[in-house]
Formats: sequence, C-alpha cells, structure tokens
Amino acid sequence: MTPLQIIFLIVAVLTLGCAVMVVSTKRMMHAALWLVMTLLGVAVTFATLESAFFTVVQVVVYIGAIAILIIFAVMLTRPEIQEKEPALNRGAWLAGLAALLVFAGLAAGLSLLPSFGSQRPPAAVEDIAALGAALVSPDAYVIPFEVASVLLIGALIGAIYVTGSQQQP
Amino acid sequence: MIPLSWYLIFAALLFCIGLYGVLARRNAVGVLMGIELMLNAVNVNLLAFWRYLYTGTGAQVFVAVVLVAAAAEAVIGLALIISAYRRRKTVAADEMTLLKG
Amino acid sequence: MPNFWQDPIGFIAAWLHSVLTGWGLPTEVVDFLLALLGAGVIALGAMLFVIFLIWYERKLIGRIQDRLGPNRVGPYGIFQPFADMLKIFTKEYITPEGADLVPYNLAPILAVAAVLLIWAVIPFAHNIVGVDLPVGLLFVIAAGGFGELAIMLAGWGSNNKYALLGGFRAVAMLISYEVPMIFTMLVPAMMANSLNLNDIVRAQTVPFLLTAPLAAIIFFITQVAEAARSPFDVVEADSELVAGFMTEYAGLKFGMFYVAEFLHAFTISMLFSVLFLAGWRGPGAEQFPLLGVLYLFIKTFVVYFIVILLRGSLPRFRIDQTLDLSWKVLTPLSLVAVFLNALVLKALVEAGLGGDSLGAQLLRAVILLAANVGVIWLSGQLMGQATLRERPVVSGPRPLAVSRPVVEQQE
Repeated sequence: MTPLQIIFLIVAVLTLGCAVMVVSTKRMMHAALWLVMTLLGVAVTFATLESAFFTVVQVVVYIGAIAILIIFAVMLTRPEIQEKEPALNRGAWLAGLAALLVFAGLAAGLSLLPSFGSQRPPAAVEDIAALGAALVSPDAYVIPFEVASVLLIGALIGAIYVTGSQQQP
Repeated sequence: MIPLSWYLIFAALLFCIGLYGVLARRNAVGVLMGIELMLNAVNVNLLAFWRYLYTGTGAQVFVAVVLVAAAAEAVIGLALIISAYRRRKTVAADEMTLLKG
Repeated sequence: MPNFWQDPIGFIAAWLHSVLTGWGLPTEVVDFLLALLGAGVIALGAMLFVIFLIWYERKLIGRIQDRLGPNRVGPYGIFQPFADMLKIFTKEYITPEGADLVPYNLAPILAVAAVLLIWAVIPFAHNIVGVDLPVGLLFVIAAGGFGELAIMLAGWGSNNKYALLGGFRAVAMLISYEVPMIFTMLVPAMMANSLNLNDIVRAQTVPFLLTAPLAAIIFFITQVAEAARSPFDVVEADSELVAGFMTEYAGLKFGMFYVAEFLHAFTISMLFSVLFLAGWRGPGAEQFPLLGVLYLFIKTFVVYFIVILLRGSLPRFRIDQTLDLSWKVLTPLSLVAVFLNALVLKALVEAGLGGDSLGAQLLRAVILLAANVGVIWLSGQLMGQATLRERPVVSGPRPLAVSRPVVEQQE
C-alpha cells in the first residue's frame, strides 16, 4: 500500500461518510456544514488526481461561495417549529432502493469498460496556460466558455428579479 | 498505484448518495444539497478520466463548465426556494402541492 | 551540501535529512517529517511574530491619536502583549446555552488557520517559500473563503441574534469585496503570465505599483476590507452590535480571533508587497536569500504602517456605504483596470515594444503608468460629478440675534 493509496482511501471513506450525514441529518444547518466537509473531501480527491487548479477552484467556488449561499438560505428559511417534522419523505425507502439499483447499474456498466483497471500514466499533465488558451481560442472551446458566462449572467439577473420583486403589498 | 476503478466507484457511490438525498429529502434546500453532491461526483469522474485516459484540455473545460452550471443552478434554485418560502411559509417540498401562488 | 548563504533552507533540510537517516529512518518518513517541520516553523513563526505586531500597532495607534500608547509594562511597553496574553489565557470560557458546540468551537481555530494558510505560499526569497504552488494566487483567494466560513460559523454557533446579524453583515461585506479583489489580483497575474507568486515577484523588474497603480489602489482597499479593518470594521463595530459575531467568545477563543485579526492585517500588507512592490527583490537578493527576506519585511512594514494609519484616522463606514462602495465603485473600476492594462500591453506588444531589454521594459512601464494615471484622474472627475448632491433648501437664512427689533420678519 503506497502512501497515496492510504491517503485516497481515508479521504474517500471520510467524504462518503460526510455525504451520508448530509442526506440523513435532521437539522439543516448541520447538513450544510457536512456538505462543506464533503466538498473539502472532493477537493482533496482532485489534489490526489494531480489537478492543483481544480482543487483550489473547488474550494473557492463551492466552499467560498455556494456553501455560504446554502448556509444563508438555510438560515433564511427556518420554519418556526423545527425538528418536529420528519426529515425524509414517505417514499424514502423506495428512494434508497432506487439509489442502490442505480449504483449497481453504474458499477456493472463501468466495470465493463476496457480501461476500468488501468493504472495512472506517470507524466504530470496539468498545464494551466494551455487551459486558459483553450478556453478563449476560436478553434478550441470559446463557445462553451461564452455560453457558460451568459448562463451566469442569466442566473444573476434571474435571482435578483425573483427575490427582489417579492415586495408584499 | 491507484487504479482508475477506485475513483470510478467512489464517484458512483457519491452520485448515488446524492440521488438518495434528492429523492428522499423533504426540505427543498436538502434536495439542492443532494444535487450538489451529484454534480461533484460527476466532476470527480471527469477528472479521473482526464488524468488516466484523455489528458488534454477538453476534459478540464468540461469540468469548468459543469462547475459553472452547478453554481448558476444553486443560485437560481436557492432564490426560488427563498421566494417560495416567503409566499407559503414552508420549505417542505411535498407541501408545495398547489400551482396557485 | 548547498551553501548556507546561497540556499539556507536547502542547507538546513539537507543537514537534517542526513541526521535523521543516520538514525535509521526510511527516506519517505524523513521527507514527511521535514515537511511537517517546515509547516510548523512557518506557523509558529507567524504566531510568535504577532506578539511584536500587537505591541507595534498599539504604540503606533497611540501616537496617531496623540497619546503615548502602552508604556508601563517594560521599557516602552514592550511586554504589553505578554500581559495581554496572560489575561486572555486565564479568563474563563463561558459557553452560551443552546450554542451549537462544533461550529462554536471550530470558528476561532478556522479563523486563525485561514490566515496562516496564506503564509504557506508567500515567497520570502527566491528559494525560501513554503510550497511553490503553480496556482498560488488562487490559493490565497481560497484561504480567504475559509475565513468567511469561520465568521459564519461563529455567528451561527453563538445562539445569539446579534451575533448572527453581525455574522450576516460581515459575510455580506466580505463576499462583496471578493469581486474587485479577484479582478485586481488578475492584473499582476496577467502581467507576469503566471499564477505562481514567485514568478510574479520575478517578473517585477519594474514594480507593478508603477505599471498598474489603479489595480494596486483598488487591491489595497479591498484587502483592508477583507481584513475587516477600519474604516470597514462594521463587523466589530463596538458601538453597534456589541462585538459582532465575536460577542459570545471569551478567553482564548476570543484571543484566537484577536490574533487572527492582527495577523491578517500583516498578511495583507505582505501580499500587497509581493504582488505590487516586487516582494523580495532588491540589491543582492539573488545571491543572499536572507537579504530578500529582509527586503520583504521592510516593504511589508511600510504598507502595514499605512494600514494602521488608515485605522487611526478614518471614521467607520456604514454597512450600506461599504456595500455601495464595493458594487458601484470598485467593481466597475477594477474591470476598467484589468482591461486597461490588457489593452495597453497588447498595443505595446503589437507596436513592437515587447522586448525584454531594460529600455523596452522602462518604456512600457512609463506608458502604462501614464495610462493608469489618466484613468485615475478621469474616474476621480466622474465620481466627483456623481456625488455632487443638490441639498434641498429647507428654509431661508435665519435672522441674526440682534438687539434692535427686526420688523420685516413677519410670516
């Protein structure tokens, strides 16, 4: 067992544990904090994949922005009676069954891939300058980049409109 | 050396936990947290494939776009949830059964 | 064995490595232990340095406010921080009832950790750097995000409505100031073609303060706001929200927030020196890295002095004024700063002045400086026009108090 394997196993088990806590805890604030831990675990997984850029971007975008947004939303939507209502639907057992079936299907389908057990190629491959050039180059990926930025502007304007025009008469 | 299968199984497990959260949670913000888990699982999968098989900028651009889409969707989703909460004073997804506002 | 003067960290690491492998430990374990030791040295050094910073700031604030500052405990009050520490260590922890224990206790630790993480990527010399990340600049932004999370946890975990409100306001302000901060951080990265902080320092034959002063000024303002220092300290507005999100903390937990605040102020000065004042560069810094460390600290203390000067002289902004400043003034200006430097640099390169010779660099620097000063002047004029307000006339001029009766004042 190389150190990288041990680190990956520990991080993976911790992340999955935090994810289970996210979906099963009753208090929404705790769920948000477990989500932060899960996102941190995913960032460390990116680091084991030798992608420093996405590790840091994951922390900046998800933990520094989306998680804080979710915490704000949790605090702004607290019902007055808390913890008296069940956290899960009536059909929760069916959801669990569906999740298990989906996992079984995914695992079976993925194991049929020819490259399922392949080892890591040794070369370090990340080149941020090339990523930046690819994002704005016309014969690379400038169109998805521009469409994504339009999506963000749309989301921004939509969010301001939706929450701004709810003035009670 | 970590085989690719470990990353793929990890991503599949994370995806299914998120799926369970989406289907089983009553609170709408909880559903959104499940969606974020699923999107993170997708990102792990993409980056694992990038590192092991298809190195180049294409997979990284895909990850960046998924990240952007997740952020935009979280913003709009939470704005809608907060707005719906102000109208109906509840956040439980199975109590918002009427289309009438 | 590398020479100590040329490469101090390499020398010490090689010596320790030989000692530890001489004791029979395998090489990976020794490498891991050396990395841990390096991290511990940086963290410990930063925390011990805060003691000096506390004394320096209190003396300086005292002098700015026309008083002496601490001068009882030791000559010139040098042992005042130790007295502070004793008091903070021996205070009783009072945990509020109903507080969420994990966020409540985690928040001060996370606040200090967020600031210490930045010290890991700052280049103290060309070969003295904690970890030479290729994405060092983004890492600094990520560490700032952790600080915001700490404030959120503190506000929530205290089970106190005032702390919660203080936490909300603080996080709203910090998030608003992240936008111009990230844009202006882009400017040195763009001009150095790299996100690595050491590369940014190496690219500054002319300090970026001279070639991008607009970005430098906006970066400075946003960093002062990110550290929640006066004039942006609505976060801890003592006259408004008791102590903001720190209300329910006592003893060492409050001490952690205290230390985090002072260290953050110094860290932003260090960041400014690295990004805009050419960091460790100076005569002789290439051959003797310890000289580089000295230059960095001198430049940092100059900027820290200005930060403390701002604290001592400016009144506090209201929360809506701070948010207005960020969204309506700094964000458009930072966009202009990025575009300005990008377009002028591109124009210069197209015009053939893109060479690496000293003359070409100086010419580029002069043209960039002129363009930036022009834009600063123009935006100053525009802002002056925009903030002129017609004050409504409420009444006519008042009658003077004179002894003779004034008969024409009958309405």
